[in-house]
Amino acid sequence: MHPAKSVIYFTVATGAGYGLFFWLALLAFLGVLPADKFMGFVMLAIAFGLIVTGLISYTGHLGRPERAWRALSQWRSSWLSREGIMAILTFIPMGIFGIYWVFLGQNTGFTALVGLVGAGMALVTVFTTSMIYASLKAIPAWYNIWTKIGYLVLSLMSGAVLTLALVSAFGLDELALFLLLPVAVLLLLGLVAKVFYWRHIHAGRVVSTAESATGLGRFGKVSQAASPHSADNYLLKEMGFKIARKHAAKLRWIAIVFGFVLPFAIIGLTANFIEIRDLAAQIFMGIAAASCILGLVFERWLFFAEAKHVVTLYYGETKV
Amino acid sequence: MTSLPKTAPKKKLGLVIDLDICVGCHACAVNCKEWNTSGKSAPLTDLNPHGKDPDGVWFNRIHTYETMNDTGESRTVHFPRSCLHCDDAPCVTVCPTGASYKREEDGIVLVNEDICIGCKLCSWACPYGARGYDETEGVMKKCTLCVDKIYNKNLPEESRVPACVSTCPTGARHFGDLNDPGSDVSKLVAAREGYALMPEQDTKPVNRYLPPRPKQMQTVDQTPRALIHEDTSSDAAPLLARWVDKILSV
Repeated sequence: MHPAKSVIYFTVATGAGYGLFFWLALLAFLGVLPADKFMGFVMLAIAFGLIVTGLISYTGHLGRPERAWRALSQWRSSWLSREGIMAILTFIPMGIFGIYWVFLGQNTGFTALVGLVGAGMALVTVFTTSMIYASLKAIPAWYNIWTKIGYLVLSLMSGAVLTLALVSAFGLDELALFLLLPVAVLLLLGLVAKVFYWRHIHAGRVVSTAESATGLGRFGKVSQAASPHSADNYLLKEMGFKIARKHAAKLRWIAIVFGFVLPFAIIGLTANFIEIRDLAAQIFMGIAAASCILGLVFERWLFFAEAKHVVTLYYGETKV
Repeated sequence: MTSLPKTAPKKKLGLVIDLDICVGCHACAVNCKEWNTSGKSAPLTDLNPHGKDPDGVWFNRIHTYETMNDTGESRTVHFPRSCLHCDDAPCVTVCPTGASYKREEDGIVLVNEDICIGCKLCSWACPYGARGYDETEGVMKKCTLCVDKIYNKNLPEESRVPACVSTCPTGARHFGDLNDPGSDVSKLVAAREGYALMPEQDTKPVNRYLPPRPKQMQTVDQTPRALIHEDTSSDAAPLLARWVDKILSV
């Protein structure tokens, strides 16, 4: 599948934004997050910023963005419609939580409860995003459980890494230390989820073949003898994206190193050898978060680029 | 409403394509473009039509495949590909706006271009590449089974078939109700063992393809007769030649 920049940004940014909100709401609920208005403003501005720009980026990729509101009507059957509705509904508890924290300086009690509801809804929204892809049977690389697990775990993971960087930046060393364990666990889980995803899609499972696509298997192996058109059409541009196997392997390593290994190493070393209140520690935590997001951009690019669509079987692909 | 019809359509209009007859002339694709560029989905926009990489919206494409079996026997098969108007059309259920729908009265899958947002998800959901995105209009377009032709009372009755069917010079394309076992198309499918494409994708296509007929078995020895001037035997020769042969052989 063609890896569109707008959709890569949409999935990575909203995933990280919802994950960040999840952790802020959870920490508020646990009563360990100071209700400082300025801090609340900065942290929530980043969470909202990631989510809103992500959604705008997706909307911008539509052929008719001015009609985007129509996408809210078909929640009975369409995961994209469900995603749109969940994204909008989630803004309600998120917004209430934000108003109480940023303007009234409260993030416990009722505010935290509303926040927790928002955190749950944020995860449901990320799940609906994953289902847009995981519900497409014509793309076997997406039509599996690892797509859903990957989106959920990577959202919680990137959100946790961002939360750690932010609480470190505000000098909340006890909270940063508190977050170390969940961050480490999620980085490991994220890596495991992606490794299982990659193993799954490269396990050589075959769903459809050129023989089943044409029904000509009864006469032997089917190959393309002539192209139906002289230049690439919409199908080939959108669904016929090809990536060299050796590049895919390299890009997987880049995603693994930047997305999981480097953040794990940087955060681990920083926590062990530098006081969190030191400027150096704050910078390192920021670098870890940036590295994680960069790794996820590579991961998401591969998620699209490596996914083969069965329509390619009509254009020379032998099995998908 | 992008949910599929609750009651299965009474009629299932569709195409039956005979791969034994198709010669791959692309006339069906051309007439499809011709009719539809001024029909319901008009225009079927072209991008860079006279340039090096022409692109545009087409609902029908003719592929050519070669098959080869273990004994080295090969076939060339021309293969028209268009929307199969599936019973369980995944392009319909993924649509977030209700623009993509399946008609309850005849099972035709259509796009309401006035409310399509151009998210392209339907084209991702379709295993058969039936949908074409119109970049200039920002909406998705697809085969309408010539819905504006097959019910058109202004046309003579014999013309009320999809453009691809009426134009096919070899009669490789048939149109009718595949839900009615007594229809000509259903009889054809039964007689020729018509099949659906990629049944494993569970979309339950309505269109059927008729497989190329088996090659004629060679019952008589068809090894070419070699002209050999030095015959070893004159048994098959006429009487006079046999006598001469006998005399000379003495």
